[in-house]
Amino acid sequence: MKQMITARLQKYWDLRAAGNFIGGGTGTGLVMASGLGAALGLDVTVPLLAGLAFVGLGLSMVWLEIGKPWRAMHVFFHPQTSWMTREGILAAPLMAAGAAYWWFGHPAFLAVAVLLSAGFIYCQARILRAARAIPAWSHARTVPLILMTAAAEGTGLFLVIGEPAPAMIAAALAMAVAREVAREVYRLALSRDKAPQGTLNWFVRPEVRVLQAMRWVSMALLAAGLFGLPLAAVGGGVLAVLTGWGLKAIMVTKAAFNRGAAIPRTPVRGRDSSRLVQQQ
Amino acid sequence: MTRFVMVADLRRCVGCQTCTAACKENNGTPVGVQWRRVLDIEAGEYPDVSRVFLPTGCQHCDKPPCMEVCPSTATGKRADGLVTIDYDLCIGCSYCIMACPYEARFKVEDLVYPYEEGATAADQARTNPAKFDGVVSKCTFCIDRIDAGLAKGLVPGRDMEATPACVQGCISGALRFGDLDDPGSDVATLIRDNKWFRQHEAEGTRPGFYYLWDKGAL
Repeated sequence: MKQMITARLQKYWDLRAAGNFIGGGTGTGLVMASGLGAALGLDVTVPLLAGLAFVGLGLSMVWLEIGKPWRAMHVFFHPQTSWMTREGILAAPLMAAGAAYWWFGHPAFLAVAVLLSAGFIYCQARILRAARAIPAWSHARTVPLILMTAAAEGTGLFLVIGEPAPAMIAAALAMAVAREVAREVYRLALSRDKAPQGTLNWFVRPEVRVLQAMRWVSMALLAAGLFGLPLAAVGGGVLAVLTGWGLKAIMVTKAAFNRGAAIPRTPVRGRDSSRLVQQQ
Repeated sequence: MTRFVMVADLRRCVGCQTCTAACKENNGTPVGVQWRRVLDIEAGEYPDVSRVFLPTGCQHCDKPPCMEVCPSTATGKRADGLVTIDYDLCIGCSYCIMACPYEARFKVEDLVYPYEEGATAADQARTNPAKFDGVVSKCTFCIDRIDAGLAKGLVPGRDMEATPACVQGCISGALRFGDLDDPGSDVATLIRDNKWFRQHEAEGTRPGFYYLWDKGAL
């Protein structure tokens, strides 16, 4: 027999928490895109500083979320196992390396900032992966999705606030396609592994369908940009960023259903016998 | 060694919520915080249906995922298996809530009491606002009762003064508490002589909360 649905939408992490994943994703993506831009000989000053600002803004959103903001330094106490601590530890050197590159212009600083950005976004992905109450986050496919989303947002935004050079447009298109693949693999995996119905329902809701359409338009515009239409590439970049933000806002605040209580068997009462119980 | 665990005999639980009330009364939890809950779960389709009362709360896991993710080290685990929260360290980030597969943790932004005029004298006497104001809280297995009882030489699970309030209040004897490592304890005997399950076993958290569903060893 099947058990009634007990999974519920989590209410503790709201848009402020989603803001950390949005700012962190776009910010680290921009820093990494800046690394690519510098290798291509582009001016990366604005994208790099904007990337650092996004990361800082995201962390500020978390600060607004926590119940005891004046104890925020306690977040650094548990690097042994907590990905949230590890994320916090990487933030300061990332800012410092980015600022040092802006000030001194030595490429080594940018390389360090890129590495720290990759570490920072990996920590964010693992934060979600460790959230075992929420199957939509704790699935192994969450990690590549978060990484690819950051890359798509970063390269996309670079086209808007940096130089939309052909190589960067190609990178943005490649990252957008990679994100789409990661998102589809994620969706199929959640369905296969029986994520809560409330989570699965979100994949067919109109808001998500619109986001999906916007991602396809984004990829089409980026492809057009490759054929000599830089303005189309800029439009594609804008959509790549906005759809990434929408994806994370829904993932954190709308599709985050918990596991709910589960009984594998019913108890034996009186002359009744026990039955196996399946989860819905 | 000592490993404190709780046993809920699903054959005996009648869903009366006395344990819920006893917990609320003993711990002075504010509105929106319910450390001990009894879920009313239905399964099957008419006419083949079943109704199960499931006492739940913090499962005091051997491998608590809440402790693993906690960035402030506020969540800890004692040698006797009790999972604790240091309310002075907790930053209220709610990450542990996202990591707990058992919906056992709560955070309230504003303390609200059942009556509009605020905390009654009884509420004030029982409640420690530091436990609830902006930080995460959860069932402690009435750790203060256990520790005070142990200091007096009492045995948790056998002596009610040293036993969680929910177990003391349970009218049907469905809830039991004690040391799993003591072969003579009620919980060790019940677990040995009955069939049981634990919630979300696949998560590998090894909960310290056993649900009995039939007689006879597994």
